[in-house]
Amino acid sequence: MLTDEQRPCAITIRGAVKRFGEITAVDGLDLDVPQGICLGLLGPNGAGKSTTMRLLTGQAIANSGELGVLGHKLPEESKVARSRMGVVPQLDNLDVDVTVEDNLAVYARLYRVKDVGAAVDRCLELARLTARRRDAVDKLSGGMRRRLLLARGLVHDPELLLLDEPTVGLDPQIRTELWSLIDGLRTRGKTILMSTHYIEEAERLADEVAVMHHGKVIARAKPSQLIAEHAGRETSEVYGPPDRLAELRALAESEGLRVRPAGPAIAIVGSERSPNGTIPDDAIRRAATLEDVFVLLTGEEAE
Amino acid sequence: MNGAEFSTGRLEPAAIAGVMSREVANFRTYWKGTAFSSILEPIVYLLAFGVGLGATLIDGVDGLSYVEFVGTGMVATAVIFASALPAMFGTFVKERFQNTYDAILAAPVDPEEVVTAEMLWIGLRASVFGCFPLLIAIVFGLDPAPGMLLVPIFCFVTALGWAGFGIAVAASVAKIDQFNYVTTLVITPLFLLAGTFFPIDQLPEGLQIAANINPLYQLVELVRAASFGFEATDLLRFASLVAFTLALWRIAVSRMTKRLID
Repeated sequence: MLTDEQRPCAITIRGAVKRFGEITAVDGLDLDVPQGICLGLLGPNGAGKSTTMRLLTGQAIANSGELGVLGHKLPEESKVARSRMGVVPQLDNLDVDVTVEDNLAVYARLYRVKDVGAAVDRCLELARLTARRRDAVDKLSGGMRRRLLLARGLVHDPELLLLDEPTVGLDPQIRTELWSLIDGLRTRGKTILMSTHYIEEAERLADEVAVMHHGKVIARAKPSQLIAEHAGRETSEVYGPPDRLAELRALAESEGLRVRPAGPAIAIVGSERSPNGTIPDDAIRRAATLEDVFVLLTGEEAE
Repeated sequence: MNGAEFSTGRLEPAAIAGVMSREVANFRTYWKGTAFSSILEPIVYLLAFGVGLGATLIDGVDGLSYVEFVGTGMVATAVIFASALPAMFGTFVKERFQNTYDAILAAPVDPEEVVTAEMLWIGLRASVFGCFPLLIAIVFGLDPAPGMLLVPIFCFVTALGWAGFGIAVAASVAKIDQFNYVTTLVITPLFLLAGTFFPIDQLPEGLQIAANINPLYQLVELVRAASFGFEATDLLRFASLVAFTLALWRIAVSRMTKRLID
């Protein structure tokens, strides 16, 4: 079996920079996505995830750097590259008055699929919408619409799938439903690049996670490796009045531990390394998570 | 990619057909309302101007009854309202509110193909709607003529240009209410200066020059020529419409590419 290093890359990005006026959205980004894996691109809002997706679909042109998709150089060969990749956007841009099957048929034609009818039937089955094929999209529930969006991105059976925040704004039940669909694609060997700011999503679906911040990748590994490397084994959460939390934080930091806010509590990360007495008895000890890593790496302030 | 053929050329017919198929799929959901207004509006105008004004104040214009004059002129009105306005609003809504172009451009389709397909679709639609006033004028007494068979072609070429104009405008404004400036300052004056309701040869010289460079006026003259007899200058009129359309096509492609590709 090939290791990730041995697999050919579906996506190669070297030193990509994309500026919008004064703002540098992507700042010297290097990213390889080996074929057949699901890479989660995790980052806070404004980290440059969506711009990276737009660079890959040719809807944004990099100011500098080199980009390649499935062996095609971008932006010169973007059109061929797009014919081999599917895109599921963050925003629902289905044609709401048009039927479910016509939405799929239009995109099958845009992707030059020979047997449009067969492609539509396959996608309806995948999205479990065969019974609703003749309904207008605005008659569907939110979850059905999301499944249809995903199916639309697969109408030409692409080798590479770009998922841009695929479950943003969805109920937990619908999110879980979509996760199982995406997981099914992953196990069928599709290469997936999935941008998300939902840590649980990245943790559950991604073979590897790249944490993006200020337009570049600042850490990348399997989720378990990222946790072990940046957060250790254990995190202790302490609740209490602000004065006590501030005091504890100062103490933990003076002992080389990393501390992050966790809502009304503080989370002392890597607390298994703390000397006796630092972690109070009323602390809630739990396994370190990717969220600990994410907040430690990308900072405490929301952008 | 399974089961598909793909080439990388510019303006691929398959890409253009794909974008047009999306327009057709959407049009099937709202064609009744559009067809209703496209048929009823010329009837209302012909009753108000042709029959009302013609029967009370105006005997005729340039040897034509006022119904014949207005009925042939109304073709241009139908064309601009079935092309420039849907192109402006449709493009803006798809770009800004529906994010439709994000989805289309993620497929192997370029902005030039999107613009071309949408112009073609609007042109085809407007060439049909443009014929309604002529058909209704025939019901009101206009004599049919073989030259009228060319009217859909004249309408198609002119509507392509106005669709390009609408797309270029939509790709240039920041907010939808800025269309008010365009309709008030461009479309309404050109619509009134098209020789639809009154002959332009009675106007001050400056306005006559303005009318002559107005593509709608050229369309009105071509439709009247198709109905009452062509002259050699009509070839020039048609050539000017083709030039207008080609220029607006390139401008629309350029503006939309700038708008859609960061």
